[in-house]
Amino acid sequence: MAYSKKVMDHYENPRNVGSFSSTDLNVGSGLVGAPACGDVMKLQIKVNEKGIIEDACFKTYGCGSAIASSSLVTEWVKGKSIEEAESIKNTTIVEELDLPPVKIHCSILAEDAIKAAISDYKRKKIN
Amino acid sequence: MKTPIYLDYAATTPVEFEVAKKMMNYLTIDGVFGNSASRSHKFGWKAEEVVDIARNQISELIGADSREIVFTSGATESNNLAIKGIASFHQNKGKHIVTSKTEHKSVLDTCRYLENKGFTVTYLTPKNNGIIDLNNLKKNIKKDTILVSIMHVNNEIGIIQDINSISQICRNHGVFFHVDATQSVGKIPIDLKKIPIDLMSFSAHKIYGPKGIGGLYVRRKPRVRLLSLIHGGGHERGMRSGTLPVHQIVGMGESFVLAKRKIHDDFIHLTKLKNILWNGIKNIEEVYLNSDLQQGAPHILNVSFNYVEGESLIMALKDLAISSGSACTSASLEPSYVLKSLGIRDELAHSSIRFSIGRFTTEKEIIHAIKLVHKSIHRLRELSPLWEMFKSGVDLNSIEWDHV
Repeated sequence: MAYSKKVMDHYENPRNVGSFSSTDLNVGSGLVGAPACGDVMKLQIKVNEKGIIEDACFKTYGCGSAIASSSLVTEWVKGKSIEEAESIKNTTIVEELDLPPVKIHCSILAEDAIKAAISDYKRKKIN
Repeated sequence: MKTPIYLDYAATTPVEFEVAKKMMNYLTIDGVFGNSASRSHKFGWKAEEVVDIARNQISELIGADSREIVFTSGATESNNLAIKGIASFHQNKGKHIVTSKTEHKSVLDTCRYLENKGFTVTYLTPKNNGIIDLNNLKKNIKKDTILVSIMHVNNEIGIIQDINSISQICRNHGVFFHVDATQSVGKIPIDLKKIPIDLMSFSAHKIYGPKGIGGLYVRRKPRVRLLSLIHGGGHERGMRSGTLPVHQIVGMGESFVLAKRKIHDDFIHLTKLKNILWNGIKNIEEVYLNSDLQQGAPHILNVSFNYVEGESLIMALKDLAISSGSACTSASLEPSYVLKSLGIRDELAHSSIRFSIGRFTTEKEIIHAIKLVHKSIHRLRELSPLWEMFKSGVDLNSIEWDHV
């Protein structure tokens, strides 16, 4: 099982690794997965008044495919609206990273992570 | 220094050059290619002679009689033969087997198979360092127990079992004792003249011999009888039919001779390198040792790095050839069953790495490995949300994770 070049690239050249302040009202944070399963993703988005995601960052505990899937999602959501980001499908992540069947669950978790971050932002907006 | 650096000697070893060279003489038409069971001509007699020599070389290392060696395709087959062979032959005396949760899959899966055939099996849970509690063992030997199977050295963590005491217990209870010695033969001394073990499995490719050949020691005094798995010609005293692979057997014999000669020097070399490795990484924050330094084999070091997942660590350590107890690297998504049965939490099992060193490992390679480990752990912890939470004082046990 050699590592796919794209997956390696996200590890060797990480983009958007980091954290925003979770108390900031414009920040939505999603924390999905569980240490017992070997996969935990924290994904955060910074949304402006127009509902566009200006910035995103992530931290992931998991295999190379999990790191790459979450990293990729932070790249994709930048500049998109909340609605567009919400419609990101795990299958597109699988295609882009060439994930084998045994790693598909990593892409599903990444999709869950962005949805969780968006939910959190929406919840904050209501309150 | 070539990369990747091979640190997976517990998985397999390269064949020693002199072993490979010797094996070449037993293949082609200008060499000794005869069938060692051909009794009617020189080609067969010559082949039989070298097989006999190899039997003796193998017996020398383990303190056996050469007539007690049965050649098999490897330790997996030996484990199958020992357990199924004893079970089938002695099932009128009893149908209960005792083994441990930390055995190799070739033992565990064989036991599961026998459970489907009406046998009962008790899988002992070891203590936290992997050692089998002798009182627990005694408690679980019943009237209808016919066999106890315990490995000498565990392949994942390297713990050494007290096979001396276990063999005494088995003798006292009148049950057969089988030892899977795949990881111990040639690395720590074994003298079957001194320990009443009935059956012992071993393999060539763990000690610089070729893959595809191994053996099962079957005691003659007192005689151990078993039903063979493979029929057809009655080779190996009726215990394992099939034409003997002379070139493989010669290779195995040579590797055992070398092991006997080098066992003490190897032990010193391996222990020294293992200590350098552990000392080089033990001060990393939140590192856990899953091996036992006092009661462990010299070549295996199993370590968990908290808050970093094992497969990502292997990817980060791509210049090292190692293995992990992480679920992602096993075919199922379950973390190492060995680490779990020691009571190690799933997260630590996911974050475990097994380093196993060998005769060809150099100090330079170990120093380089240490540097790579530090660099990669640092990198991956920057990426890890769990490390971030730990560092900011969050009690991770208090979090309600959404995937259970």
